[in-house]
Amino acid sequence: MATASLTSRPASRTAADPGEHVLRRRRKVWSYVAMSALAVVFLFPLVFMFVSSLKPDAQILGDVGSPRAFLPVGDISLDNYFGVFDRVPVGQFLVNSVLVTVLTVGLGLVVNSMAGFALSRMRWKGRSVVLAIVIATLIVPFETIAVPMVYWVSKLPTLVMEGGILKYDFGWLNSYHVQIVPFIANAFSIFLFTQYFSTIPKSLDEAARIDGAGWFTIYRRIIVPLAGPAFATVAILTFLPAWNQYLWPLMVVQQEELRPVMVGMQYFFQLNTAWGEVMAYTSLITLPVLIVFLSFQRAFVSSVAASGVKG
Amino acid sequence: MTTSSSIPTPLLAAPEPGAAAPPRRRRIAAARRSEGRSGLAMVAPALLLLVLFLVIPVLLAFGLSFTNARLISPNPPRFVGLDNFVRAFTADPAFLRSAINTFVFAVVIVPVQAGLGLLLAVLVNQKLRGVTMFRVIFFVPVVTSIVVVSILWKFMYQKDGLVNSFIDTITFGAWQGTAWLNNPSTALGAIIVLSIWQAVGFHMLIWLSGLQTIPEELYEAARMDGATPWQQFTNVTWPGLRSTMVFVLVTITIAALGLFVQVDVMTQGGPVNSTTTLVYHAVRKGYREMETGYGATISLIFFVLVLIVALVQRFLTREKD
Repeated sequence: MATASLTSRPASRTAADPGEHVLRRRRKVWSYVAMSALAVVFLFPLVFMFVSSLKPDAQILGDVGSPRAFLPVGDISLDNYFGVFDRVPVGQFLVNSVLVTVLTVGLGLVVNSMAGFALSRMRWKGRSVVLAIVIATLIVPFETIAVPMVYWVSKLPTLVMEGGILKYDFGWLNSYHVQIVPFIANAFSIFLFTQYFSTIPKSLDEAARIDGAGWFTIYRRIIVPLAGPAFATVAILTFLPAWNQYLWPLMVVQQEELRPVMVGMQYFFQLNTAWGEVMAYTSLITLPVLIVFLSFQRAFVSSVAASGVKG
Repeated sequence: MTTSSSIPTPLLAAPEPGAAAPPRRRRIAAARRSEGRSGLAMVAPALLLLVLFLVIPVLLAFGLSFTNARLISPNPPRFVGLDNFVRAFTADPAFLRSAINTFVFAVVIVPVQAGLGLLLAVLVNQKLRGVTMFRVIFFVPVVTSIVVVSILWKFMYQKDGLVNSFIDTITFGAWQGTAWLNNPSTALGAIIVLSIWQAVGFHMLIWLSGLQTIPEELYEAARMDGATPWQQFTNVTWPGLRSTMVFVLVTITIAALGLFVQVDVMTQGGPVNSTTTLVYHAVRKGYREMETGYGATISLIFFVLVLIVALVQRFLTREKD
């Protein structure tokens, strides 16, 4: 009796303990199984893209029915990439996209952070009106104004050099500035800056004012150096849409040498679709973004999370 | 540096007979004025750009939709009253088709994408080794351009493409797929699948940041009371995610209503208008066929839909504040 209870008690305890243990472990295993399966789902098209960009067209189509579609096997070469460079001015497209992206993001950081500064830390007449405009424009998706905007920019004045004389003309179509200027000011960026700046103690401004600093100096020397995370967030959130612009340049840029990478893709569909070259082109324009993302993934993740906090 | 050097010059120059130093009140007033000027100056570039490229285009969408404006035309736009609206709802079957397709797209994608996003978020919110890597992987399609994604899936959806060869493999040849994008009854569904695949990682992250605001102690307390994982989810997690949910639903809805790129790259609205959408139709009419006035009308209708969604969001989050 005594021995039985002695043996049964530890036995029951060990049965309970591993019970929970096993359950937790089983959940863990299933979580990994589920996440790995999902990882395959999310990655296979991209793996297929990169792998196919190295294969001749016939082999891409031939490999579709087997796992070879995802493996760099068979007739592997960079021929498709050379083909792409031969057929379309990819270099020019890449330069255009980099230029448009860098200027849109860079000028956006300056213009929107200054606005955020004035809105969050200064008192001036009309402040509440401007704030109301910013909040109201937050919800306007670009697609709603795209069509009227084409009409609008086709009427805007622009300066041109003609035979050494500076003249002005009408119409912003087919230019770099039509791809950049409309996207510099961004209500959401202003909103993020305003929020971030208002968390910095106001006493810093007052101290600087007493020392005789002007408002712009306070912005540049005190607030900007303290707001690194806000600048990183806005840079990341404006970088992707700028690089991925499609609808707008499709409508306002017909001149080949001004087109960005996403619109440049159209060249491949006018001819017989050469899938190997298409894959090489899409790989080429996806890689820069993937590299930026993977190098700054922590910042990316927190930026996106920050964009959701506003709700 | 002494304070006197910081006094604005007009104040110093102002003749002040009888007073050795300018009164404090005037100095404050001057500082206010300069603050007002600087504030306006610093907000001016952004404000000017927002007015030029957001406010005016919105007003133009309103104004042009009552005219017969054309993109390139020697004649100035003429006021035509409600003609464009009448045309959209009575004489343009492609518009009605676009509205229905956009509606179907949104109705399917909003719950599915929000639900899958939450599922992914719960999965990657566990304290497991390597979980950050999975977050990154699930987010990779989001940073991939939707143009690239559409082209890739267009290839995969072909008759002899990857999707069909996969179906063929798992059903041991029992079921033959179709050319998904060339079939009017499957084209929109095919676009829905790839759209979710591309964007769900974004909403996973939004859900995740919502999940992480729920204090761990609440879960500990629930576990202490013997709550199962499902009970923990319904009693602790879900109530804590209310404002996140509203945000996720609204952003997905607005994005879904704006569906354009996938259609433009993959199907051009076809076959037989089975994938045309409001924005696609607005661009087709307002830009490609140069009927700016009519295109503005369609844009305006789309805008009203977005406004309704935004107002619903206001209403849902109002009681919280």
